[in-house]
Amino acid sequence: MAAPMRVRAPRLCQICKCFPSSFLRCSSSTTSKRKWEGVVGLEIHAQILAESKLFSGACTKFGGTTNNQVSLFDAAFPGTLPAINRRCVEAGGQTALALNCQINKVSKFDRKHYFYADLPAGYQITQLRQPLAKQGSLRFPILRGDISPKCPLDYMTVRLEQIQLEQDSGKSIHNEDDKQSLIDLNRAGVGLMEIITAPDLSSGLESVSFLRELIGILTTVSTCNCKMEEGSFRVDANISVHQPGEPLGTRVEVKNLNSIRSVKNAIDYEIRRQKQQLQQGKQIINDTRSWDVSAGLTLPMRDKEIELDYRFMPEPNLPPLHVYDNTSIPAGLNPSQIVNIDVLQQQLPPLPAQQKQDLVTTYGLPELYAHRIEVKPGMRDYYKKVVEARPKDPIYIAVRMMGELLGEMNKKKLEFNDITCSPETFGEACDLRKLNAMTTREFEKVVEDLLENPPSETHLNRIRKRLLMGSRDSDEQLESICRQVLEDFEQGSHLKNAKLKRNPEKLLIFLAQQATKKSVEVRFVHARTVFKKLLNKE
Amino acid sequence: MLSLSLKEALSRLKDGSLSAKELCEKCIDRAVKTRELNAIVTPTYSQARKQAEVAAQTWSRTGKSTTSARKLEGLPIVVKDNFCTKGVHTTCASRMLENYVPPYNATVVQRLFTQGAVLLGKSNMDEYGMGSGSVDSIFGPVRNPWKYEFTNTRTIPEGTLDTSSLLASPQSPGEALGTRGLHRSVHPGTGGSNPGLHEEGAWRVAGGSSGGSAAAVAAGICFGALGSDTGGSTRNPSSYCGVVGLKSSYGLLSRHGLIPLVNSLEVPGIMARSVDDVNTLQNIMAGTDEHDSTTLTDDRFVTSDLPEDIDVKHLHIGIPKEYHAPGLSPDVLDAWRRAADKFEQAGAKVTEVSLPHTQYSILCYIVLCCCEVASNMARYDGIEYGHRGQQELSTEQMYAMSRHEGFNEVVRGRIFAGNFFLLRRNYEQYFLKAQRVRRLIKDDFTRVFDEGVNVLLTPTTLTDAPRYDWFTAADNRTRNEEQDIFTQPINMAGIPAVTVPAGLTSNGLPIGLQFIGQMFKDKEMLTVAKWFEQQVQFENLNLDHLDN
Repeated sequence: MAAPMRVRAPRLCQICKCFPSSFLRCSSSTTSKRKWEGVVGLEIHAQILAESKLFSGACTKFGGTTNNQVSLFDAAFPGTLPAINRRCVEAGGQTALALNCQINKVSKFDRKHYFYADLPAGYQITQLRQPLAKQGSLRFPILRGDISPKCPLDYMTVRLEQIQLEQDSGKSIHNEDDKQSLIDLNRAGVGLMEIITAPDLSSGLESVSFLRELIGILTTVSTCNCKMEEGSFRVDANISVHQPGEPLGTRVEVKNLNSIRSVKNAIDYEIRRQKQQLQQGKQIINDTRSWDVSAGLTLPMRDKEIELDYRFMPEPNLPPLHVYDNTSIPAGLNPSQIVNIDVLQQQLPPLPAQQKQDLVTTYGLPELYAHRIEVKPGMRDYYKKVVEARPKDPIYIAVRMMGELLGEMNKKKLEFNDITCSPETFGEACDLRKLNAMTTREFEKVVEDLLENPPSETHLNRIRKRLLMGSRDSDEQLESICRQVLEDFEQGSHLKNAKLKRNPEKLLIFLAQQATKKSVEVRFVHARTVFKKLLNKE
Repeated sequence: MLSLSLKEALSRLKDGSLSAKELCEKCIDRAVKTRELNAIVTPTYSQARKQAEVAAQTWSRTGKSTTSARKLEGLPIVVKDNFCTKGVHTTCASRMLENYVPPYNATVVQRLFTQGAVLLGKSNMDEYGMGSGSVDSIFGPVRNPWKYEFTNTRTIPEGTLDTSSLLASPQSPGEALGTRGLHRSVHPGTGGSNPGLHEEGAWRVAGGSSGGSAAAVAAGICFGALGSDTGGSTRNPSSYCGVVGLKSSYGLLSRHGLIPLVNSLEVPGIMARSVDDVNTLQNIMAGTDEHDSTTLTDDRFVTSDLPEDIDVKHLHIGIPKEYHAPGLSPDVLDAWRRAADKFEQAGAKVTEVSLPHTQYSILCYIVLCCCEVASNMARYDGIEYGHRGQQELSTEQMYAMSRHEGFNEVVRGRIFAGNFFLLRRNYEQYFLKAQRVRRLIKDDFTRVFDEGVNVLLTPTTLTDAPRYDWFTAADNRTRNEEQDIFTQPINMAGIPAVTVPAGLTSNGLPIGLQFIGQMFKDKEMLTVAKWFEQQVQFENLNLDHLDN
């Protein structure tokens, strides 16, 4: 394996002239005597978003009744043959394009043999020797917790070795009490894209940063819904440690990583464990371990102790899979029956990296904000609609959405496609907040209301009303604050004051601003009215 | 009447001189009287009678109108027991699938049904098609009807052969199973119980692995049959039983529903009593099938009838010199020579050609076959279907028990070898090498055809049908190697071949000669074969004496 290619040149932050934290980490670690570095490669199994399975017409919906989405082929009935689902090839092709891969014009299928109760044919049809796509790469920001919006993001690039199409297996449900295994074949034969990275990652943080970017891309091109909790996006990690410059160490495969958090914790744990083993002079055993979430440990998997020889063999029932481009379509072939890469490329929606860049250039957002808005599904579109009517406040709107809106959404476990509140109404609330027509706490209340389904405007209406009529209870308090400000102003004898006095309009604005600084309760518009009254009296 | 060709029978049904019901009963009667051949393992007589009833009504309705009747309306056929038949046992002659009833029809079976064919039964074979004598079956061996002395014509009194009493109650679910059981218990001992009639093991094997289908066609049980051909499994028994056996170009006939032996080599085989008949059946079954991705999707094949007046003057017939192999019997060599002479006399160009790599075909076949067998058999774990061993200590133990009990020694041996060849450390040395050799064999044929040869003419087998006792004196693999020697390279190349009866040996047993055609030029090859058939005027086996 070639040495990892890292595109991560340490550079000074253009804004605050600080060192990106990765650079600091690298330089500080040189002080330790024996420096061990983690080396991580990921294998991702992403279920292809398609109506039917990879080689059969059975439905692929998640959560169906046990064994009700199984064709004869999926159950490996004798004499049944595979017939490839064009949608799956197209999805694989689009994913490959989005991940900068080289698509093989001719790819082939292989059988991978092993006996397992939820693998009815005794082999999985996969692509080992000539996969659909090879040699891709993905550039992504490393997202540290303490990152500042002022700094540009710290990017790295990971190489992708290949993307292959393959069948998913069924599910076994083990009942230890009566020593029975139950088999559900609904998942058997669902199309998977296996995405294999080079061992270019070195930590849990880098790995999850990579995965977040990948999830963003797959959901954007709609080739996988990436629901880790439903198993439609599964991650295995190959982890080893070595000293820089030395050959790679013995690797350990960690499975059962069912959430982003598990990926991060398991990788960091495993790197620590291997370091400790080596520091104690022990050897790393090449084994397969599983992540125990509750214990926070990786443990060896009992049934994977024996090294398997999968006895790969070409799948004889599937002719080589051809994909074409505009120049290579043979005459006489019906365009509806072939997969054309150029057409797939045309249909590819703008990818997250491009969208982020657009947010930065169009709205002047910091990269971090653009990133956060982009990674949350549906957030970008909503943001754009809100900002459309308020072109002067793109950063302010972004902050409100990343702050109060996402905060309230997370509490209610809502996604953007669940929200029924119009961007216009939310935008109005932001405007009022910006005018200081309400406090932060009131704004939170308003947002909480607006996230009801249907949205409730009870709080918002109160604010609107208050803004129109002014609030009698607070009038006296406001007036006293304003008098205080006026007094302070009169006592001051700066040149500036004299200058302001000559321009009553500017004076009003200045005084009202001063008043809002005295208390969050003070609204600019109200203070201005009060000052106008006070000044006219004098 | 049961020696008629399919074409002749069809014209009698058409002109009303024969009814579909009558024809069906005749065939059932013949099947019952020839039961000791052990050709049929699952009779489907009650289903056949219903199908024949429908056919009879159709014929009486349509009369002589040729347009409205289906192409095989009322014609009895037999299907090898490795083609899935909906609701009818499909066992592959293996304990593993002894009680397996598929929920669907193989595409080729369905296409025959759609044209009105009447299924008389499922035919015996070597377990999973692994054999060349139809002797390795859980139902016992198939006997070649040629030169066979039927015991029941003398010993079993009239009346017990009444088909309706033997196979009464068409609704009885035990019909198929009961009869299959009967075969198993009767046959291995038949010879022994009638020592005077047959010297033990002196009868001839039917060839294999589609021996049941070949014997059924020869014995007049049906007018056409499905076999499968992986290395000669259709042509070998066709040759031994004196019928026409066609291995189509790979990709012409769908394999969907054919329980596989070697996916990359096998095709559904067609057996009948004339070249026209196999052509008719091929026309009905050929064509794209969305269930089989290896079927032809373009128009390189067109269905058509074969011409009546055939001129071979402008043809170039190739005689591969490598087929003059050790062990070739003088009778077969003589038939081959006479055939070549006939073509030459008729004005065809007949030249010797060379296929230098064919000699490696068998070794290459062993590797490829074992590998695919190991893979294809991996699904038989006793979970979803098939035999399940009574072993519940662990899933692995259950697998081991089910597979040990379910497969015979030949199958287990090939699985073992295949898994060895496919090991990472052996893959290059065996599987890849075998694939390279396969390419060389294919290139041999391509080169010869590129040089202008239209069709190759060879013997189908080294000898006439061997005696059972001789055949079983050596193991399955040894016999495969010598039995498939002339047929096997064709499967490596994927090209079509047909065996046609060329006459009888001094023993009175049939000899078959093989015509090998170019890829998807099945019609050209069949036309040449038909011309040869016209010259030979081979007399089909006639067992009408059994009817008395």
